[in-house]
Amino acid sequence: MTSRTVEYTLGTPGLDEQGRVTDVPLGVGLKNTQEYRLPGQFDESFGAEHMLVNIGPQHPATHGVLRLVIELEGETVIRVIPHIGYLHSGFEKLGEYRQYNQIIPLTDRTDYLSPMANNVGLALAVEKLMDLQITERCQVLRVLACEMSRIISHLVWLGTTGIDLGAFTPFLWSFQERERIYNLQEAWTGARLTTSVTRVGGMMADVPTGWSAGLRDFCRTFPSTLKEIDTMFTRNAIWIGRTQGVGVLSGEEAINRSLSGPMLRASGVDYDVRKDRPYLGYETYDFDVPIGEHGDIYDRYRIRLEEMWQSTRILEQALDRLDKLEGAPLNVDDPRVILPPKSRAMSDMEAMIFHFKQVMEGVKPPVGEAYMGIENPKGELGYYFVSDGTAKPVRWRIRPPAFINLSALPRMCEGALLSDVIAINASVDIVMGEVDR
Amino acid sequence: MGLIERTPPDDPAGATAVSSISPNWVTTRLDFLTNWARANSLWPMPFGTACCAIEYMATAASRFDIARFGMERQSFSPRQADVLICAGRLPFKLAPVIRLIWDQMPQPKWSISMGACASSGGIFDNYAMVQGIDTIIPVDVYVPGCPPRPEGLIYGIRLLQKKIQGESIADDSLRQEHLVGPSGLFLPAERVDELSEPFGNSVSQTRSG
Amino acid sequence: MTSLSPSAAALRHAFGDAVERSLVSCRDTIVYVRRDRVHDALAWLKTTPEQTFDYLTDVTAVEYRDPERPLEVVWQLRSLARRADLRVKVALDKSAPLEVPTVCDLWKGADWLERETYDMFGVVFTGHPDLRRIIMWETYAEGYPLRKDFPLRGHFSRAEQTRQALAANPEAHYSLDELSIAEAFHELPKDMRERLRRGERGFLK
Repeated sequence: MTSRTVEYTLGTPGLDEQGRVTDVPLGVGLKNTQEYRLPGQFDESFGAEHMLVNIGPQHPATHGVLRLVIELEGETVIRVIPHIGYLHSGFEKLGEYRQYNQIIPLTDRTDYLSPMANNVGLALAVEKLMDLQITERCQVLRVLACEMSRIISHLVWLGTTGIDLGAFTPFLWSFQERERIYNLQEAWTGARLTTSVTRVGGMMADVPTGWSAGLRDFCRTFPSTLKEIDTMFTRNAIWIGRTQGVGVLSGEEAINRSLSGPMLRASGVDYDVRKDRPYLGYETYDFDVPIGEHGDIYDRYRIRLEEMWQSTRILEQALDRLDKLEGAPLNVDDPRVILPPKSRAMSDMEAMIFHFKQVMEGVKPPVGEAYMGIENPKGELGYYFVSDGTAKPVRWRIRPPAFINLSALPRMCEGALLSDVIAINASVDIVMGEVDR
Repeated sequence: MGLIERTPPDDPAGATAVSSISPNWVTTRLDFLTNWARANSLWPMPFGTACCAIEYMATAASRFDIARFGMERQSFSPRQADVLICAGRLPFKLAPVIRLIWDQMPQPKWSISMGACASSGGIFDNYAMVQGIDTIIPVDVYVPGCPPRPEGLIYGIRLLQKKIQGESIADDSLRQEHLVGPSGLFLPAERVDELSEPFGNSVSQTRSG
Repeated sequence: MTSLSPSAAALRHAFGDAVERSLVSCRDTIVYVRRDRVHDALAWLKTTPEQTFDYLTDVTAVEYRDPERPLEVVWQLRSLARRADLRVKVALDKSAPLEVPTVCDLWKGADWLERETYDMFGVVFTGHPDLRRIIMWETYAEGYPLRKDFPLRGHFSRAEQTRQALAANPEAHYSLDELSIAEAFHELPKDMRERLRRGERGFLK
C-alpha cells in the first residue's frame, strides 16, 4: 500500500496543542457532528466516504489463497477486486513436458477436492484425441469415480460454507462421510487424495474384491447424514436469512459470464454436460438434474444438496451394472496404449517389446486437437489437447470451471453487505488449485 | 522486518547477557515446566494452500482430531499462533506472504513444512514454484508425502513436541534469526540455487516434445 | 459425425474470404478467420438466430513447437439450445505484434480468460477494459510463461526469482492507478539478462 501511506505531522493524531480533539483519523465515529472534519491530506480511499478492506491471501474464509480487495461505503460493497494467482503452479506448462499418462497425476492436484473426476476427464480427452472406444466395465468404473468425487467435493463445500456462516457441526459430519469415501478410494487406488486412477484406454486397476459391498453400504447410510444436514440448514432461519436473495445472478447473465455447473443451474439454466452431451453412457442412467429459480446462494445450496442425493442414485445403478460385468475386460485391447500384463511381458517377446515401447516412449496420439468437457462438481471441466504426433502434447489447456465462476464474483457482490461477500464467495465453490493452476 | 537482531559476537554486553543464564538446576527445572506447557498447547496457524490443506482439514476433523495434541484452537491470526503449518505448495507469488506471516508470529514460534511441495517443490520443478519453503523461512519439521496422511502429520507434530521438550531457556540462539543482506533472502543466494537444483527424475523431464 | 458443422459453411457464406479455412479434428469443427474480421464473425455467430452461439466456453492460445508456425488464438463457442460446438481460430504471425480484438463486449465471461491469455502468451486483446496480468504478479519480469521460448524453470536463477518474489509487495492493490506495465525479459539489457540467468553461483555458463 505504498502510494496510500499517510504521514502525520503531529505527535498525537487527532489532538491539537491543547489536547482537544480535532480530527478523528479514518473518519471513524464523529461523522455527523460539528467537530468532525476530514483532514485534507488524507487519501480519498481512507476518508469517511470509502474504505478499503483487504481479505486474504491467507484467510480462512477465502477457501485457499484468494485475495479480495473490497471498497466499502459504510457497510455496503462498492466494488470487489479479486486478486488471484497465489497458487499458480504452472500446470499447463508442465503438461507440455510430460507424456499423456504422466499428466494424470498432475490433474489430481488441480482440483484437489475431486481428483478422480479430473483423472476421468483427462483420460476421456486423450481417448477422444486418439479415437479410442473404452470397454463397458471401464465406463461403469469411471462413472463410480465421477460420482464419488461429486459427493466428496460437495461435502467439503457444505462443511466450509457452514463454517463461514457460523455453523461448525456440519463440517464434522461432512468430514466423517468423506473419510468413508477416502477409505474406499484408498482401497481402490492406494491413495486417499491423489488417486491417479485412470489411464489412457482404461483404469490403473480394477476395484478389489468386496469393494462394491463397501460402497453399497455407503450408499445405504449416507442419506441419513444428508437428512441431518437438510434438517440443520434448509429451514434454518439464520441460514435462510444469510443466503436467500443474496448474490443473485439472472440466467441470462450467468450464460453471458460463461458460468457452469451448480452456479449456472441455480440461475435457472437447464444445462448439465451429463444430460446435454452425454459421456460414459450417462444417458442410460436414471437421475434428475436440479434447477434453481432465483439464482441466489440458497438455490446453489439446494442444488448441491440435491446433487448428492442424485449421485447416490447413480452410484447404486452403477454398482448393479458393475456386478453384472464381473469378469468383463477392463482395458482396451490395444498394445499401443495399454501395457501388456506383467506375466505376458516376461514370457512373450512381442508383449515385451510393446511394454518397452510403451514405457520408454509413451502413448502417441495422431496429429490433431480435441476438446473434451465433463461435468465436474464445480462445473464444466474441459481439457483441450493439441497434439503434433509426439508423445507429449503441444498444448494442454484446462478449462477451469472455478476460475470462470469466480470471475462473476465482483458482479454478484455489488451492493451487498460486507458479511455477504463471505457468503457469496463461499457459494461459488472455488478451489484455488484450479483457479490459479 | 521485525526480526530479532543477532548480537554481534564482539559486543561485550551481548556476550554477558547470554552467559548470565548458564544452565543450572533451576533453569533445567524451569525448562521442563515451560517446555511441557509449550509443547502441549501449540496453537497452529494453518497456512493451507493446496491439496495438503484438505488433509490438514481431515486431521482437524472428527476422525483424527488434532485437538488431542493440544491444538484445539486453530489460530487463523498469526499474532496468536505458535506453529506455522505450511500445508501445500508455495508459488513465488505467495513467498512474500508467508514471510510476512512468519514475521508477524511472536516468539517462541516453530514451523512445520507439510508435504513434498512445501519441503522441496515436489513435482513442480518449474518457473512458478518455490523449491522448498526453507529458502524463505526456517523449518523445524518436514513431513513427507503427497499429501501426507493425517497420521503422518500427527507424527510430525509429535516430533515437533519432542523437539520443543529438548529446548532450553538458557539458549538464546534458538530464537535468533537473521536475513542475509538487504535483499530479504533468508539463505545466501548460492545456497538457494543449490537447494533448488533439479534432482532425481526431474532432470530428464525438462525436454518438451 | 466427421463432417463439417453447417455453421462453418454459413460463416463462409456470410463472410466470404475472411474465413480462411475450416477443418474437422476429432469430431470438432475448426474455423480459421482473418484477424480483422474475427470480432464481426464472433458477433454474427452469437446473434444470428440459426447460430445462437450464446455461450463462450473458453478463450485460449496455442503456440506450436515449430517456431515458424503462427500462434493461434482459440475461441470455443457453444450453443446451449442447439447443443452445438464451434471452435474459431485466428492465426497470428509472430513477427508482428500479437493483437486481436476483445470479445468482452459480447461475452462478459471473456474478461478473465483474455487476461489470462495475455498473461501467459502476451497476446494483446485490443479494447479490453482492464488488460493486465492476472496470474503472475504485476511486476513479473521474466516474460510470458507459456511461450515456447520460455524455459520450464524460467529465465532467472532460483535465487534471483526468490529475491524478486520477496521484493514484491504483498499488499499492493495493482489497481489501474498503481499499474505498472510488466517489463518483458527480452527488453532488459543483454548483460543484465546474462547475469540474471547465470545466478549467483555461475554454474550455467
